[in-house]
Amino acid sequence: MTTYYSEEHEWITVEGDIATIGITQHAADQLGEIVFVEQREAGDEFEKGDEIGVIESVKAASEIYAPVDGEVVEANGALEDTPGALNENPEGDAWIYKVKLADAAQLEDLMDLDGYKALIG
Amino acid sequence: MTDTPKRTPLYDLHVELGGKMVDFAGWEMPVQYPMGIMGEHKHCREKAALFDVSHMGQVILKGDNIGEKLEAICPQAYATLKEGKARYGFFTNEDGGIMDDLIVSNAGDHFFVVVNASMRHQDIPHMAANLDGVEVTEIFDRALVAVQGPKAEDVVGELCPAARDLTFMETTVADINGVECRISRLGYTGEDGYEISIPEADAEAVARAFLAHDDCEPAGLGARDSLRLEAGLCLYGNDIDQSTSPIEASLSWAIQKRRKEEGGFPGAERIQRELAEGAAKKLVGIKPEGRAPARQHVEIQCAEGNTIGEITSGSFGPTVGGPVAMGYVAKGHGEVGEKVNLIIRGKAQPAEIVSLPFVQQNYKR
Repeated sequence: MTTYYSEEHEWITVEGDIATIGITQHAADQLGEIVFVEQREAGDEFEKGDEIGVIESVKAASEIYAPVDGEVVEANGALEDTPGALNENPEGDAWIYKVKLADAAQLEDLMDLDGYKALIG
Repeated sequence: MTDTPKRTPLYDLHVELGGKMVDFAGWEMPVQYPMGIMGEHKHCREKAALFDVSHMGQVILKGDNIGEKLEAICPQAYATLKEGKARYGFFTNEDGGIMDDLIVSNAGDHFFVVVNASMRHQDIPHMAANLDGVEVTEIFDRALVAVQGPKAEDVVGELCPAARDLTFMETTVADINGVECRISRLGYTGEDGYEISIPEADAEAVARAFLAHDDCEPAGLGARDSLRLEAGLCLYGNDIDQSTSPIEASLSWAIQKRRKEEGGFPGAERIQRELAEGAAKKLVGIKPEGRAPARQHVEIQCAEGNTIGEITSGSFGPTVGGPVAMGYVAKGHGEVGEKVNLIIRGKAQPAEIVSLPFVQQNYKR
């Protein structure tokens, strides 16, 4: 399964037309200890670049921007009670959304792991 | 400010300890260490934490009748501040607003004043211009560190037995590691602890000596902010500024009875009027009911949906285990237990007015 990365430090994996979106370990480390995650609900549609949630650390709030167009199929409800999981395993259990892709071709605009590694240095 | 941020005498130590350095008020300061803000915060509440606060302005006042002269620019009773005592206060302007808050200590042959890093450029000339016959000297060659927490007395007392004899808001001069330091039993966390002024050349060795204690860990500005917020302590620039009066800021406790009655300080007319009639708004504690932190500038609405004020400080409180905030609400509001709504990203989130502090203060009286 290919993993794509955005410049906003999100990762996306795709199975069929359903993609899983989360933030990278690098992003989680930069945010610090996460205490609250605000998510959209299933059925919400969004376009690439839209704000689709907010992650709050002890110090500050950071927006999550949609890396592609799509519709929320499921928000990871576990993050409501255990937002700190985003620090522990952001590229695994602590995914943020399952979404239905509107245009799979947009994935081609994203980076692969090597590209992302180059971005974060 | 485009100037290169300044470094404190402890800069190299911060870097060695893994401090994440940020520009704060023109100084390169650690916002956190590898332990993280939550861990540092809890360590301070449970054991002891070392903070570098060398960015704050340390000032020596020399001359006759300094306390009386300070009363012309501060509403505090500094004329009667006894030798060896420290007292919280503020400079007020002619409109009764707060120009800065500060700690004044009577050191016997001089007064020692600590002001905010961001306001030192204002405060030093303000004192020089208004304290007639007083020599105002800003100190640049001493570090200032805070050791805070229930184990602070052990951490500092092991190296400096005299520190154990101080009670809250007392100050003295004593040797630590053979270096003469000014030690004051006070702080900005709500915990017992000390602020210690150290000659810069010896600051790192003294800081290392504190950190050598098993119970003492370094903490950064992030934990300092969440600790002071849980303790209900104002941050200049957030909760108080040139326009807010001490009465609005719920700081009337910091104006002594004689000064309230006699006045004779800048803005006394407004401050005495507000003492008698109440102020147009009041700083209160606010506890969001959900998990979303309410940050600075979040709008506060009453139950009926009218805007009644704004959050001035808000964050996640690690000891409380949830969001905590302070903000101003209009006259007629602010009773403890009042239900309000906080407008966070366009959505009304329920919250309640609560008494401050959020966490019991733990001073050695």
